[in-house]
Amino acid sequence: MSERAAASAHQFDDAEQQHDASTLGMWVFLVTEIMFFAGMFTVYVAYRSLYPDGFAHASHHLDVLLGTINTTVLITSSLTMALAVHAAQLGRRRPLLIFLVLTMALGSTFLVIKGFEYAHKFREGLVPGPWFSYHGADAGAQQLFLSIYFAMTGVHAAHMVIGLGVLGTLVWQARRGRYGKSYYTPVELSGLYWHFVDIVWIFLFPLLYLIGRHT
Amino acid sequence: MESTQPRVHYLNADYGIRSWLFTVDHKRIALLYLGSITVMFLLGGVFAGLIRLELLTPAGDLVEADTYNKLFTMHGIVMIFFFLIPSIPAVLGNFLIPMMIGARDLAFPRLNLLSWYIYIIGALFTLWAMLIGGVDTGWTFYTPFSTMASNTNVIPTALGIFITGFSSILTGLNFIVTIHRMRAPGLTWFRLPLFVWAHYATSLIMILGTPVVAITILLVGLERAFHLGIFDPALGGDPLLFQHLFWFYSHPAVYIMILPGMGVISEVIACFSRKAIFGYSFVAISSLAIALLGFLVWAHHMFVTGMSVYAAMIFSFLSFAVAIPSAVKVFNWTATLYEGSVSFQAPMLYALGFIGLFTIGGLTGLFLATLGLDVHVTDTYFVVAHFHYIMVGGAIMSYLGGMHFWWPKITGRMYPEAWAKIAAVIVFLGFNLTFFPQFVLGYLGMPRRYHVYPAEFQVLNVMSTAGASILGIGYLLPLVYFIWSLRYGAVATANPWHATGLEWETPSPPPTENFERTPIVTQDAYAYDTQEVQVV
Repeated sequence: MSERAAASAHQFDDAEQQHDASTLGMWVFLVTEIMFFAGMFTVYVAYRSLYPDGFAHASHHLDVLLGTINTTVLITSSLTMALAVHAAQLGRRRPLLIFLVLTMALGSTFLVIKGFEYAHKFREGLVPGPWFSYHGADAGAQQLFLSIYFAMTGVHAAHMVIGLGVLGTLVWQARRGRYGKSYYTPVELSGLYWHFVDIVWIFLFPLLYLIGRHT
Repeated sequence: MESTQPRVHYLNADYGIRSWLFTVDHKRIALLYLGSITVMFLLGGVFAGLIRLELLTPAGDLVEADTYNKLFTMHGIVMIFFFLIPSIPAVLGNFLIPMMIGARDLAFPRLNLLSWYIYIIGALFTLWAMLIGGVDTGWTFYTPFSTMASNTNVIPTALGIFITGFSSILTGLNFIVTIHRMRAPGLTWFRLPLFVWAHYATSLIMILGTPVVAITILLVGLERAFHLGIFDPALGGDPLLFQHLFWFYSHPAVYIMILPGMGVISEVIACFSRKAIFGYSFVAISSLAIALLGFLVWAHHMFVTGMSVYAAMIFSFLSFAVAIPSAVKVFNWTATLYEGSVSFQAPMLYALGFIGLFTIGGLTGLFLATLGLDVHVTDTYFVVAHFHYIMVGGAIMSYLGGMHFWWPKITGRMYPEAWAKIAAVIVFLGFNLTFFPQFVLGYLGMPRRYHVYPAEFQVLNVMSTAGASILGIGYLLPLVYFIWSLRYGAVATANPWHATGLEWETPSPPPTENFERTPIVTQDAYAYDTQEVQVV
């Protein structure tokens, strides 16, 4: 693609067509992401309907406080991301950089807290497999729950790491003055991705942490 | 007609290995795919040849049972994930979609190149898994065998398929955005060539289905590597859940393989009948209908697993329903032939072969969708014959037909017509001799995936193996004369078939930017009745 910010690539007629195509491309990509997570949500639904009690019991192994903090952290990061997009649209470079870095900081905080949660599970012997140390009546269902927990939060965390890489690239490009009022598509589309990863967590949090807590 | 001065086109615009490995030209990327899938096709063909050789005699005298398991697994994996799924979309679709819609390139050229590299990385992982001992789970990776029992290289193979899936997803994404946003002025949706409609429907399946198999394969890998117990029956996990997730993609994947072929057939039939496709809009919409209904029939692969009878009845009904849009296409193609000025060039021979073989494959699919009959023929050679009629008789015939049809456009050279006709006939005869006996074998009760069988099945197996040898020759012939034609073939004009379509309005081979100026479309696709030229 051309180095000049506003110029369109050779296959497009103009910058508007390029912006439209990129935006549609991102939405299509997010559809594939939804299908990717949908596979795991299907597994979750199937097993939770088979083993409602085992799932509710296993859910108590998770730390609601840390989960809640992480939810707050992530929602806040979506706010800063939205503000970054807004700053990009107005062509204000300094606020753009500040909000991007803030978003990265919040995203990293989420991952660090998640890391502590994982470490705690390892110490308690709650990682599925040969070292699984819980031997209650519904140990099988609980292991299924924790398998799903690690698979879903693990894949989600991988998406966060990719998102941090994307944001890092944006910071680097923004520092070079790549974005302005007339060209901010990458910031906008990365924002879409970031919000998507955020929304996945909004589903994961109640489904994993809050089952059986209403009693 | 053709000028003798050297003209700059996409093949001679730039030379050297770097100009190919770093190209973002959709036409060159199509040729990169052509080279790689041809290698994979030959590899998968060698596996098929070994399978047929083993089955020449009732005893297991060529390979051990374990080796045989690996052979049919790797045949399936290579042919499905690394040949059939990318074949028409990544080669012909990549080359033609931008040209057919009057665009200079796909919407995301660099993403297109990335797709090819992802495909190559996935292929290398899978080849590596084969070199270090192969895998024996069948291409279906059924749990718990794949997660707990198999001692073969499941993880590297699964990783290869997982990675290659992203190539497919990104290609589908690129096609969808391109078709939505890059059409030439005047090219409305219902003026699009049916090839483009077929690829649009295919792309929808690619982006909606492939992520599901990706996550499923990933879960199998996690279960093997880290002992997560998602499909583990010992914990109360359900191996059937794996099958549901797997077939949710892998049945629609059949339509990823056949829909682009149907697009090719529509172009070829119209051209060599000199007529507009009968019922254009029905054929266009039937592609979308196949894509939609194709997502609702997956459990017909699981009728004998002990799933709910009521669910089985619904899936049986829906499987019958998907035959309707398929039949719409077949009837409309034959109606197009009716009173057309039909000529029998090699692409047309493949197209006519496709219609016959796809019809047999489709109708035997209805046998399998019938609950009572399916019990009798499940996991027999009847199923093997059925899907090879669709995949080999359908998808590969249309791929070859398309390659012949657009070869002049791609290379600027004509292939030798006489040899091509001979090859088409050999492929048709060899194919039927290979796979028709398998219908009989399966109906008589010969199970699939066994390397020994009772002596009474030998005659039919010998026929099948003999047919496979003929089929192999039929496939090698085009490989030879296509390469030959690059140097010795007659120079092709811009439109040797006098076909309609924007791709024929630009020189052969096309310039890098496809068109000297963006074309403006003023009429429907297949306006053959306005042309008086007769193809000779």
